[in-house]
Amino acid sequence: MKIVLEHLTKIYPNRNRKIKDEKIAVNDFTFEIPDGKLIGLLGPSGCGKSTTLNLICGLEEATSGKIFFGEDDVTKAPPENRGVGMVFQNYALYPHMTVEQNIMFPLGNLKGEAKLSKEQMKAKALEVAKLVQIDEYMDRKPAELSGGQQQRVAIARALVKLPRVLLLDEPLSNLDARLRLQTREEIRRIQRETQITTIFVTHDQEEAMSISDMIVVMETGIVQQIGKPQDVYDDPKNLFVAKFLGTPPINVFDAEVKDEKLYIGESAVLDVKGVADQPVFAGIRPEGFILADDGVFECKLSSVEVMGRDTSVVSKHNALLGTEIRSIIPAENKVDTSSPLVRFNLKPAKVHIFNKETTERIYFK
Amino acid sequence: MKKSNIKAWLYLLPALVFLGVFMIYPLFDVVVYSFEEGYNSASQSFFGTGLYNFSYVLHDPYFLQAVKNTFILVIITVPVSTGLSLLISLALSSIRKLKDLFQTLYFLPYVTNTLAVGLVFMILFKKTAYSDGLINLLINIFGGQSVDFIEGPYWAKMLVLCIYTIWIVMPFKILILTSSLASVNQDYYKVARVDATPKWRVFSKITLPMISPMLFYLIITGFIGAFKAYSDAVALFGVNLNAQGMNTIVGYVLDMLYGNSGGYPSYASAAALILFAIVLTVTVINLLVSKKKVYY
Ligand SMILES: Nc1ncnc2c1ncn2[C@@H]1O[C@H](COP(=O)(O)OP(=O)(O)O)[C@@H](O)[C@H]1O
Ligand SMILES: [Mg+2]
Repeated sequence: MKIVLEHLTKIYPNRNRKIKDEKIAVNDFTFEIPDGKLIGLLGPSGCGKSTTLNLICGLEEATSGKIFFGEDDVTKAPPENRGVGMVFQNYALYPHMTVEQNIMFPLGNLKGEAKLSKEQMKAKALEVAKLVQIDEYMDRKPAELSGGQQQRVAIARALVKLPRVLLLDEPLSNLDARLRLQTREEIRRIQRETQITTIFVTHDQEEAMSISDMIVVMETGIVQQIGKPQDVYDDPKNLFVAKFLGTPPINVFDAEVKDEKLYIGESAVLDVKGVADQPVFAGIRPEGFILADDGVFECKLSSVEVMGRDTSVVSKHNALLGTEIRSIIPAENKVDTSSPLVRFNLKPAKVHIFNKETTERIYFK
Repeated sequence: MKKSNIKAWLYLLPALVFLGVFMIYPLFDVVVYSFEEGYNSASQSFFGTGLYNFSYVLHDPYFLQAVKNTFILVIITVPVSTGLSLLISLALSSIRKLKDLFQTLYFLPYVTNTLAVGLVFMILFKKTAYSDGLINLLINIFGGQSVDFIEGPYWAKMLVLCIYTIWIVMPFKILILTSSLASVNQDYYKVARVDATPKWRVFSKITLPMISPMLFYLIITGFIGAFKAYSDAVALFGVNLNAQGMNTIVGYVLDMLYGNSGGYPSYASAAALILFAIVLTVTVINLLVSKKKVYY
């Protein structure tokens, strides 16, 4: 089932009625989610991700705009008629029911022709429980499960009624780091097997990048960029997206374009053909640095961290916005730690420049 | 015993002394009195020991009437007041506007003096030379005969007493239930909604189990409270409850101690112990049921 969002907007009135000011939680969101894909909705806390999900599942009513599931206009449909499965951040498993009862609960709501017998419900519950690999624990209460297992039960409960759309709101944020890695792979696998169109909300860019077919980056209710994770990473549209994606994050400098050359501090570090003279922000990805004795970009060396495959070089520069430059170079390249300075050449594809006023990307050849 | 332990007991000592003097000792005394036959509090003397006091109390028609009254009161008021409170709390938690106003209104009886409330009930129910009371006025409008609720037939008096008791105990229950309803995580309701759960199923499968600990707490304390009822009957029917046939067990105990026919601490103690046994039995049954039904 493809999902189409057309100019979707949600405005909350201010809670304090005396202040007329209102909150635009989602601003003119237009996007067509292809059938059977896993979409990562990504953005900092408070940018409107949950609101978007709530609009799609019907728990919130859109202020304007439309939502289609396939050809159905569901904008005004109540949540119970939309056929979505939702997993909340805290799982919201019914604590007084066993795993099996939890998973069966949505089936018990079916009416009329769709009504199932107890045996059919049990069979279906077992089927999804197997899919999420929780079938050993059917008789346990949620409190007797680990966080990761609870997570799976929540997914099973959302999947058991074969929803048209599966919505996951920060499903991994309550798990510890190792489980998070493991569970996100699980979610990916389950989504592949069921082929249910899935929207996955997270504020963790790595999570979104690693499992999504496409990511949507949001900030303050406004969609910043939509695309395949690698494309968005390689080709950010603006400074926000560039800064939001990637660990370690992109290094941003106060810079200037003069005579089609990019200047950081005094030194010209890169040719930027076709860009008019202007002050800019220059962003350099950590992997965009090439260690070179005669490099054009000179920084003050702080420390070198060897991390097996790679070496992380930490250095400083006066034009840097932030505290330190993090660059990742192959471990074979040895850094002369006795020298107070370190010199780099830059990979043009890993350097992005942005307009200083609008923070929009400036493209160069 | 470790040193810190001694210190802890020392800190507890004042409280323990008070508890001992004012709670444990009297309890112990009640048991002793109840077995002392012909005890005279003035001379502090008695004839012998045995079960005569219990036998006397159990054969006393006033006591049997009091037991009957108390049981009727308990069986009617506890379920009705709890059920009504639940309904009102559900209604309160589903409205937005004027919620605070209603909450305050429902809580008013709690802070109102029992006897003052009794006065209001008099105006509603009492038949005097000048008026038949507000309720009778209504009954008359609908073509019924006036009923003397305060000095008339037994069922009418019992009805007033039940209504009165229910009215008195509801505010506290509503307060507890609204707050426990509010403390249920809203996400459960959101999930249920997305899963197209019908309203009654949300109530029976989610809301009710979630608030069941509080509900059982209210039922258990409700039972205990109703078994100890006394002041409500006094507020409505005056202190001479035996003559009215509206006495309760606690009322009987008090009459035996201080009433016109009083001065029998042994009978009073025996009656009190019988009440204790009843309350204990009912509470144990309640707890056993709640073990099965309540999700903690
Ligand atoms: N019910 C509400 N009333 C008013 N403002 C709200 C409400 N829900 C969310 N908001 C505001 O809308 C913005 C987006 O919230 P949300 O979608 O929950 O963000 P996210 O899930 O991305 O962290 C936030 O600024 C939040 O304060
Ligand atoms: Mg959120």
